[in-house]
Amino acid sequence: MIDQINPVINMIVFALFVAFTLFIVFRVSRQKASAAEFYAGNRSFTGPQNGIAIAGDYLSAASFLGICGAIAVAGYDGFLYSIGFLVAWLVALLLVAELLRNTGKFTMADVLSFRLNQRPVRMAASLTTLAVCFFYLIAQMSGAGGLVALLLGLEGGVATAATVAVVGVLMIVYVIVGGMKGTTWVQIIKAVLLVIGVGILALIVLGKYGFDFSAILDDAVALSPHGEAVLSPGLKYPNPIDFLSLGLALVLGTAGLPHVLMRFYTVPTGKEARRSVVWAIWIIGSFYVLTLVLGYGAAALVGPEVLQDPTTPGGENAAAPLLALVIGGPVLMAIVSAIAFATILAVVAGLAITAATSFAHDIYASVIKNGTVQPDEEVKVARATVVVIGVLAIIGGIVALGQNVAFLVALAFAVAASANLPTILYSLFWRRFNTGGALFSMLGGLASCLILIVLSPAVSGHEKSMFPTLDFDLFPLSNPGIVSIPIGFALGIIGTLLTAPEPDHEEKAAEMEVRAFTGAGAEAASDH
Amino acid sequence: MTDPGTVGARSVAVQRSEDFQRLRRSFLSFIVPMTALFLLWYLLYVILAGFAPGLYAIPVLGSINVGLLMGLGQVVTTFVITMLYRSWADKRYDPHAEAIRHEMETGEILDETQEGRR
Repeated sequence: MIDQINPVINMIVFALFVAFTLFIVFRVSRQKASAAEFYAGNRSFTGPQNGIAIAGDYLSAASFLGICGAIAVAGYDGFLYSIGFLVAWLVALLLVAELLRNTGKFTMADVLSFRLNQRPVRMAASLTTLAVCFFYLIAQMSGAGGLVALLLGLEGGVATAATVAVVGVLMIVYVIVGGMKGTTWVQIIKAVLLVIGVGILALIVLGKYGFDFSAILDDAVALSPHGEAVLSPGLKYPNPIDFLSLGLALVLGTAGLPHVLMRFYTVPTGKEARRSVVWAIWIIGSFYVLTLVLGYGAAALVGPEVLQDPTTPGGENAAAPLLALVIGGPVLMAIVSAIAFATILAVVAGLAITAATSFAHDIYASVIKNGTVQPDEEVKVARATVVVIGVLAIIGGIVALGQNVAFLVALAFAVAASANLPTILYSLFWRRFNTGGALFSMLGGLASCLILIVLSPAVSGHEKSMFPTLDFDLFPLSNPGIVSIPIGFALGIIGTLLTAPEPDHEEKAAEMEVRAFTGAGAEAASDH
Repeated sequence: MTDPGTVGARSVAVQRSEDFQRLRRSFLSFIVPMTALFLLWYLLYVILAGFAPGLYAIPVLGSINVGLLMGLGQVVTTFVITMLYRSWADKRYDPHAEAIRHEMETGEILDETQEGRR
């Protein structure tokens, strides 16, 4: 089956996608972008456009390739990811999106520093933002970059490293040239391609079985070495506490992911932020239902044995492209592979602009320069930061090649849920909350996640660990969420009660509350 | 640090007004139960998946089992809550919030230079 892969067709479709997106990015770009333009696309996107872009930003290679592969091999446990990733959007819709849009400007730290002591809070928020972006970026670059190299028929370490570098360079170009506007269009194009591609694949698979989903499941059971067990939970996570920990991190992490939060600033009003999330939920929900068909379809038509064979390029992650190869031949596979490539590019671009904005806006302009920079200069710094982040991501991605880095995505969600979400919710809903609480919660949440992950089986003590020969595996769960999330929330309360409120606390808290709930004084869309 | 008539002072007045308190209460009385509902329903789903995989394995329609239907149930409730919130917010919340925003913003023009500090 594998020798039917046609790298030339794959390469042509990839090149077409890159050429098309570059054309769009150069068209929407402006040399002298203002801060509002570079960071937030002038807040001029409509709710539906932003909703599609959110789906493009959120549905990463881990969602598309990872979940299809996980369902194909481990069955039901893969589906649990889909559900967590989707339900999480209700937290964003009900508690975060509109209030954040009304109170902030460009970054998560804007919301927090509205009424807290800005320098320390911006430092801490920027630290957690950069940590989440960096873990996520490395996971995308190494995991997916390697897969793309193999789909292109490039073998060997140098070729794989070169692919990671190309992904990194394209990311830098998209973001530097197009800013948030260009990044958004890349995400919109990718989301449309992804949903159409996944929809067509699912239709073909269902059509093959006369639209009888149950028959697909029967074939999946027949081909799996685990038999019936692929239809119920427990194959991948036999420990139920592991399940719960992962489930918590997924459902509470999304609304604290900085690259997701930043997208809410690209629309003109809180109401449009709400519409964006409604659109995003419909697209993301439909997508995850389709991944169920693709995952079990790949289990039935490709089979877990092929996917787990060490000679299969990409292994488990190749489930969706190989399914396309089986049902539609090399051309359909090229299209699906190109969509996977588009997915990676759109997500890494979103992460890069978020990290750059956080550094330039929060650390450089507010902390280092104490708020006295010219806006032009801030954008220059942001562009330079994109290059630095791109280079670091390329190096990190290459170093992590071949390592088992899947835990990095879980870690990113755990940090978002433990370090970011508590502070966001407290500052929006709890009047008494203060700087001490924010610092305790963000730094404590971040530290507990990092410490627990280092002590977890993902890093040492097991055959599949990052360092299989070392053994300091003291924490038994692969995701720290169940411990670190309560720590993050509790530290916010403890820190607040232990420290005094800011002198202008009452007025600032009132101003923030009125603005959050009514939109009075919120950043408006700017003209061209 | 701020004199009366500034954004801060007016915010405190608006925040304490009966009208704003009603807006905030109506928001929280929709959001809090809804959030509790979907989080508990999701936790139930995850806990059952972890501790009662046998329950999820019971077939219902052909090979489609309780587990798959529970998962799809989560998708359906997510869509339903999304639409409920959207229609509530559009019809009930927005007009009220808009009125208070108007009052707040036309009471005095907001001091734009304050934005630069943040």
